[in-house]
Amino acid sequence: MVEDKSLGWRTFKLFNYLLLAAVGLACIVPLLHFLAVSFSDRSAAMGGLVTLWPVRFTTASYQQVLNTGLFFQTFFNSVVRVVLGTVLQMAITILTAYPLARAARKFKGRNIFMWLLLIGLFTDWGLIPWWLTVRQLGLYNSMWGLVIPPALAPFSVIILMNFFRDIPSELDDAASVDGASHWTKLFQIYIPLSTPALATLTLFAVVFHWNQWFDGMVLINDISKQPLQTFLRTIVIGLDASNLSIDPASAQMYSDRAIRAASIFLSIVPVLLIYPFLQRYFVTGIRLGSVKE
Amino acid sequence: MVTDEVRLSVEPQIRVQTSKRRLYIAENWPLYAMLLPGMLLLFLFRYLPAYGILVAFERFNPALGVLKSQWVGWDNFVHLVRLPEFWQITYNTFFIAIVKVITLQFCAIVFALSLNEVGSHTFKRSIQTIVYLPHFLSWVVLGGLMLDLLGNTGLVNILLRATGNAPIIFLGSNDWFRPTLVLTYLWQEVGWAAIIYLAALTSIDPTLYEAAAIDGASPWQRIRYITLPGILTTIILIAILSLGNVVDAGFDQVLNLYNPSVYRTGDILDTFVYRAGIQSAQFGLATAVGLFKSVARLVLVAIGYWLASKYSDFQIF
Repeated sequence: MVEDKSLGWRTFKLFNYLLLAAVGLACIVPLLHFLAVSFSDRSAAMGGLVTLWPVRFTTASYQQVLNTGLFFQTFFNSVVRVVLGTVLQMAITILTAYPLARAARKFKGRNIFMWLLLIGLFTDWGLIPWWLTVRQLGLYNSMWGLVIPPALAPFSVIILMNFFRDIPSELDDAASVDGASHWTKLFQIYIPLSTPALATLTLFAVVFHWNQWFDGMVLINDISKQPLQTFLRTIVIGLDASNLSIDPASAQMYSDRAIRAASIFLSIVPVLLIYPFLQRYFVTGIRLGSVKE
Repeated sequence: MVTDEVRLSVEPQIRVQTSKRRLYIAENWPLYAMLLPGMLLLFLFRYLPAYGILVAFERFNPALGVLKSQWVGWDNFVHLVRLPEFWQITYNTFFIAIVKVITLQFCAIVFALSLNEVGSHTFKRSIQTIVYLPHFLSWVVLGGLMLDLLGNTGLVNILLRATGNAPIIFLGSNDWFRPTLVLTYLWQEVGWAAIIYLAALTSIDPTLYEAAAIDGASPWQRIRYITLPGILTTIILIAILSLGNVVDAGFDQVLNLYNPSVYRTGDILDTFVYRAGIQSAQFGLATAVGLFKSVARLVLVAIGYWLASKYSDFQIF
C-alpha cells in the first residue's frame, strides 16, 4: 500500500493506535485489578488500597478457597460436566452433520431432516416448558440433566455440515467405488479432513459447558452436585431465594473481597489455559459458520 | 423359443427395480441410524416442551401435572395484560435489546476499521488477544467483577471520589442501570462482534486502496468511499439477523447484575419469567409471558430471514 506521510494520515494513524490501546487497556485493567486483589492481604483489599498491584502479597486467599470442600467439589463437578458434555455434544454433532451433508438426491428425506433441525433451532417455548420437560424426563438433580439437553447443538451441526460439504466429492466417489460404507467414509475421510472445524467446535463446547451456571441453578437441588459456576454465583452475586443457602461460617468467609477475587480467578483458570488454542482456531470457526455461496 | 425370449426380456427389469430399492437401503441405512440420536434429542428438548405451553392456559398444580391441572383458558393472559409490570418489562426488553444491538454493531465496526488500519502485526495480534477474552467469561464471573468494580467501594467510584466527583450508584439506581448494562455488554462483546467485520474487510480489493492513495485520498475519504461500501452487505446482513434477538435483552447479564431497586428499568421478560415461575411458582403467568416472548421472537426471526433472503444472498442450505 502506498503510504501517505501527510499530516492528515499521521494523525489518523496515531488516533487509531490510541483508540485501540484504550480499548485493550479497558479490557485488561479490570482483570488485572482483580488479580491484584486476589493476591493481596485481606484488609488491604477490603480497604480499597489495591489498584493494579498486590498490596502485601499473599497466597492466603487462594489457599483458603482451595481448602474449601464445596469449592473443590463443584470444581470437580464442572470438570466431569465438561468432559461428558463435550464428548456427547461432539459425537452427536458429527453423527448428525454427516448425513445432512449428503446431497438431497442421494439421501432420501435429507431435506425433511434439515427442516426439522432448523425449526428446532428457532423454536423456543420458554423457560417453564423446558424446565418441566427436563424434570419430567427424570433428569432433575443429576449430572445428566446438565449434559444431555445441550448435546444437540444445531449451530455446531450446521457449521460441521457445511465443512463436510466442502470436502471434494471426488474423494467420496472414489471411496464408494472402493466399496466403502458410510461408517468407513465418515471415520477415514470426513473426520480426519475436518480437524480444524472439529477442534474449533470442541473448544467452543468446552467453554460453553464450563461457563454454564443457570441450568445447575434450576435443575440441581443438592449443592454438592452443582457445577462450579452455579456455586460461584452464590458467592459472588449473593444468595438467591431459590438457592440453598450456605452455612453462616462460609458466608462470612465469602464476604471477604480477596477470597471472592481468588474464587473468580480460580474459576477462569481453565478458560485462560485453553484460550491460546481457542485463539488459533476460532477465527477459522467464524468463517466456517459464515455464508457460503 | 418364444417363451424363453419373453422370460429373458421381463426378468431383468423386475430384478433391477427390487434391487435398486434394496441397494439403497443396504447402502444408506447408516445415514438414518446416525441421525437417530440427534433427532431424538431434537424431539425431546425442542419439540416436546411444546406441551408445556398448555400451562399458560391452566392454573398449574405441579402435583397434578400438565394434563390434570385446572383449565382457565385466557385468564392468565388477561391477568398479564392488566399488570403494569408486564408493559414495563416488555418496554425494557425491547429498549435495552435495540440499544445493545445498535451500539454493539456500531462500536464493532469502528473497532474493526481501526484494527484494520494498523500496520504492526504484533500490535494487532496482542490487542485482539486481549479484547476477545471477556467474551469467553461467564456472566457469573463478569457479574462478580462488575459488582465489585462498580460498587460503592469499587475502583471506579474510588477514582471518581479521587477526582472530586460524587460517587455513582451504577447498579443500584434506575438512572444508571441501563447505561451500565449496555456499557458492560459492549465491554464483553465488542472484540468478538468485530470478527465478522474484520473478515469482511479482508475481502475488499486492495487495488482500490492503492488507487485511492494515488489520488491523494484522505483517511476519512478512504473509509467513506471504499471501506464502508465494501462491508455494507455484511452490516445489513448482521442487522437483519439481529432482528430476532430483540426479545433477548441479555438474561444472563441482567440476572447477575440486577436487584429489586432497579426492576423498574432493568427487569426484562426473561428475568420476570424466572422470578414468577421458578421462584414464586406462578407457573401459569410465567408460561404465558414465555409464550408471548416466543411468538414475538418467531415473528421477528421470520421477518428477519425473509428480509435477508430478499436483500442479500443469505442461504442456510
